[in-house]
Amino acid sequence: MDAHNLISRAQGRYVHTIDDGLIEDWPEFFADDAFYKVTTADNHRRGLPAGIIWAHNKAMLKDRVSALKEANIYEPHTYRHMLGQPSVLEESEAGATSETSFLVIRIMGNGPTDVFASGRYLDEYVFDDGRALIKKRIVVCDSSRIDTLLVLPL
Amino acid sequence: MSARSTGVGVPARAGVQERSWPESLTEVPYWVFQAEDVYRAEQERIFHGPTWNYLCLEAELAEPGDFCATFIGEQPVLVTRDHDGQIYAFENRCAHRGSLIAMEHYGHTRDFTCVYHAWTYNLQGDLTGVAFEEGINGKGGMPPEFCKAAHSPRRLRLASVHGLVFGSLDNDVPHIEEYLGQEILDRIERVLGGRKPVVLGRFTQSLPNNWKLYMENVKDSYHASILHLFFTTFGLNKLSQKGGIIVSEDGGHHVSWSAIDREAEAGEHYKDQKIRSESEYQLQDPSLVDGFSEVGDDITLQILSVSPGFVLQQIQNSVAVRQVLPTGVDSTDLHWTYLGFEDDTEEQQLIRLKQSNLVGPAGYVSMEDGAIGGFVQRGIAGAGQEFATVQMGGDQAVSSESRVTEASIRGFWKVYREAMGFAVGAGRGVHA
Repeated sequence: MDAHNLISRAQGRYVHTIDDGLIEDWPEFFADDAFYKVTTADNHRRGLPAGIIWAHNKAMLKDRVSALKEANIYEPHTYRHMLGQPSVLEESEAGATSETSFLVIRIMGNGPTDVFASGRYLDEYVFDDGRALIKKRIVVCDSSRIDTLLVLPL
Repeated sequence: MSARSTGVGVPARAGVQERSWPESLTEVPYWVFQAEDVYRAEQERIFHGPTWNYLCLEAELAEPGDFCATFIGEQPVLVTRDHDGQIYAFENRCAHRGSLIAMEHYGHTRDFTCVYHAWTYNLQGDLTGVAFEEGINGKGGMPPEFCKAAHSPRRLRLASVHGLVFGSLDNDVPHIEEYLGQEILDRIERVLGGRKPVVLGRFTQSLPNNWKLYMENVKDSYHASILHLFFTTFGLNKLSQKGGIIVSEDGGHHVSWSAIDREAEAGEHYKDQKIRSESEYQLQDPSLVDGFSEVGDDITLQILSVSPGFVLQQIQNSVAVRQVLPTGVDSTDLHWTYLGFEDDTEEQQLIRLKQSNLVGPAGYVSMEDGAIGGFVQRGIAGAGQEFATVQMGGDQAVSSESRVTEASIRGFWKVYREAMGFAVGAGRGVHA
């Protein structure tokens, strides 16, 4: 399978897991030493290193999941991710880099359906046993503004 | 000039004056979070009044020509550094027809040109150019008596406190040191004194609630270990730790601090009370909460607020400033600026980046604060005649060794009701 297909397949499963599947499976799309950051276009352009979410290994992503399940308090809500086609920037046998635009709609438990975030994934994938694993994902939100809170991952 | 009549004549003024506030500081009327006339009057009396409002960091205006476009309440203001090295601030509104002079949040420029008709301002806010001032071929143009110097945007009073830039729209504001008081100044110095902050990130959180609900939350040390499970489980902030509350003399500003007291953690305070904080919870990467002594003392948490809308936070090694800006009766923008310091080692910066997970819109110990104000805003719909009760720790607004107190909330309202000029007296107390 070519890089485009491997990445498309991984991303399709990734959004299914967050939107409709088991959130516990979300860290499994990442390599053990993966880097994951949610930031904004303004911070990204200015090269500012902090993130709204910042993790430099898979354990930290698992902690995100346990926190959202066991510790944090928020109103029930779900996301619907709409992804564009991945644009594969570089590829080799071992992996690829790509960029994919996203739109995330948030559906609150009590009704309203709103656009929550738009942006792009800046990704590095490693190919492992016919599967694309995320080595690095920087989620660059277009807006500098987050409505109320961000608890489910993007 | 007309540009200077800042909100005098707010239509609802009479309505606000008819409102009365309970005499006891333990009662807060819910209409204060709901009423449009109160919101309008706050713009005039609080934000255009004799208050100091956080604008930005000196470090964000490092070079001459750097500017920051921000707000005091709803009032847009521009803060700049000129070539004389000084910081200036003025209303971000063209003297001509009122357009914003600058729109970018942070930027760098030689001067400012209003996009509408190209009126030009220097970095100190002086009107220096009017397009076609002389007309064309002797026709049109401004009248000969037009004086640019008389049409510069209004300048703000400015004060800098350990690298924090505060501004005021009222010339009669007290001197910043008098406004804050020594105890608050000392605690700002504790975190920022003699250090050069470096911005690690800036994020804005839109809150679905009145700005004062967020300020109450900031000043509320009682909720911290109850609503925020993450804090409690990892020994960041327990009511049994040593710590305390400092309320400034006037009541408006506060510091809540705590220091690790591992012996007390084995105590019975939590086991006795069936509160949610009791839950077990393990981190797979516990290095998240491995910090270093921020300034060489044992204090792991210091939340400091300056009335009306500024917060300086040290939660372990997560240092941030928060600017609270009202955008409507039931909407507020919370601007987070995460900080490191110029002399941080690489390892220290890594710790700060990890601990950025604790705060902000997705913060393990702060995300609930983004939602709780909305829960109150919705909860009190239909209760405009009712009152919140803030009796924890008594009815005074004074410093306390216990953090199980709402003293600093009472202090906030003490200063607020005075600034708003409400008649004090009636309240639930008189009906009870």
